[in-house]
Amino acid sequence: MLELKHVSFSVEDDQGPREILTDMNLRIDDKKFVVITGPNGGGKSTLAKLIAGIEKPTSGNIFFDGKDITDWSITERARAGISYAFQQPVRFKGITVNDLMRIAAGNEALSTNGVCQYLSEVGLCAADYVQREVDASLSGGELKRIEIATLIARKATKMALFDEPEAGIDLWSFHKLIHVFEKMHKQQRSILIISHQERILNIADEIILIADGRLRQTGTKESILPGLMEVAGKCDLFKEAEK
Amino acid sequence: MDDIQKNLLETIADLHGIPAGAYNIRSNSKPLARASTANIEITPKTDKDGIDIRIKPGTQNESVHIPVIMSVAGLKELVYNDFYIGEGADVVIVAGCGIHCGGNDDSQHDGIHTFYVGKNARVKYIEKHYGEGDGMGERIMNPTTVVELSEGASMEMETTQIKGIDSTKRITQAKLADNATFIVHEKLMTHGQQYAETGFEVDLDGENSSTNVISRAVARDTSRQLFLAKIRGNNKCHGHSECDAIIMDSARISAIPEITANHPEANLIHEAAIGKIAGEQLVKLMTLGLTEKEAETQIVNGFLK
Repeated sequence: MLELKHVSFSVEDDQGPREILTDMNLRIDDKKFVVITGPNGGGKSTLAKLIAGIEKPTSGNIFFDGKDITDWSITERARAGISYAFQQPVRFKGITVNDLMRIAAGNEALSTNGVCQYLSEVGLCAADYVQREVDASLSGGELKRIEIATLIARKATKMALFDEPEAGIDLWSFHKLIHVFEKMHKQQRSILIISHQERILNIADEIILIADGRLRQTGTKESILPGLMEVAGKCDLFKEAEK
Repeated sequence: MDDIQKNLLETIADLHGIPAGAYNIRSNSKPLARASTANIEITPKTDKDGIDIRIKPGTQNESVHIPVIMSVAGLKELVYNDFYIGEGADVVIVAGCGIHCGGNDDSQHDGIHTFYVGKNARVKYIEKHYGEGDGMGERIMNPTTVVELSEGASMEMETTQIKGIDSTKRITQAKLADNATFIVHEKLMTHGQQYAETGFEVDLDGENSSTNVISRAVARDTSRQLFLAKIRGNNKCHGHSECDAIIMDSARISAIPEITANHPEANLIHEAAIGKIAGEQLVKLMTLGLTEKEAETQIVNGFLK
């Protein structure tokens, strides 16, 4: 179980301190499939980074399986079972898809067949990819799928965080992606996805709406979607123009 | 051969003993073993230290190994090896030098390799440099490679210095005739207080000649590196040089690429980038369960693979 208690996060910029997330309280039970949605710039990605340990909260605490992990490093959290798929996957010169999958699986001896299996789950033909470097020669969509495959390969995963996994993925692959999430869910893992896609919202147990750095609502799709439209329509400039 | 010599040989030439094909193994400034084949003749020079390697025209899929190992401290040598590669031949040449310095005197190997590559011949040249040993003496290597490529000839050079060389000045010069190609992949890592200087000078004299010089380097601790690449386009040609370096700790790296077009249809590009390991690369590998140190090792190993 993951729990956030009074988590706030602010950054310092030219105009002084700016709050990105404010007093966030959240509980995600084991084996739940939760989707976080809300307008751009609302703090969703920051929340995922706080959970993965890439950013540290300015105040508040994060608990995982009953332990306070607020001060844990990224590595410690990963080893405890938190996996995180980047919104914009990282490129490496020289590290091949094969290398990355082996690192993810925590198994240097992972066979090419094993790598193949993970890649085929995200719709990539392994023969074309295993020896390729995870560098600028791969397209955004290919990188994104490899990123998702690294999470599939991580047997240690108890909770998988995906930040906009659908971005840059074509329709055919999107269908596969839905299967990936459903399969992970069946394997008794908790899944937390940041997404705007209705098809992903449709398969969630619970939807969390975040806007302006605050948790606005949690509930089912039916209860959240109308609220989402309202939040998205709250453009002050637009309202000003309408007057 | 003792265990130290065997280990050096394995590290620099992937050899577990005497290789197949033509070879010349030089150990502690003396020839240790030599063999010619029907198509490849190796003979010692009579006027200076070194060997001549003559490869008959049309020789296909044969290899030559000419490793140098030094396991006694205090040796200094200057060796000339000349390769004459006949027309249409297609061969792999494996050179390299390993120094084990267990004493307090410096060990130095300077090798000047000259390649005369005949028309339409293809050469793959693999060269590894490695040093080890806990002596206070410095391990010094200064390899010079001179390449003359005839019409339609091509040479691909893989040169690697990963560990243990305290000081090196590597010079590579190439002249290309019509339709000739010269490709270089250099991998270099320096650590401790090492210094490495690597300089490429390529003259694209022939029409449609091309070169691609790619260097990947990592400098750690307080080591220093200087990368120089000069490409001169003297005809309708393509030239590209790329120096990509990771800097760590308190190391220093200079990259000085230079391209000169002496012909209106010369097409030349240079790229050079130096920077530390990107933070997001470390973060990604840490989210897969590696520590920061383990992540760094994976990134550096991948970069130099």
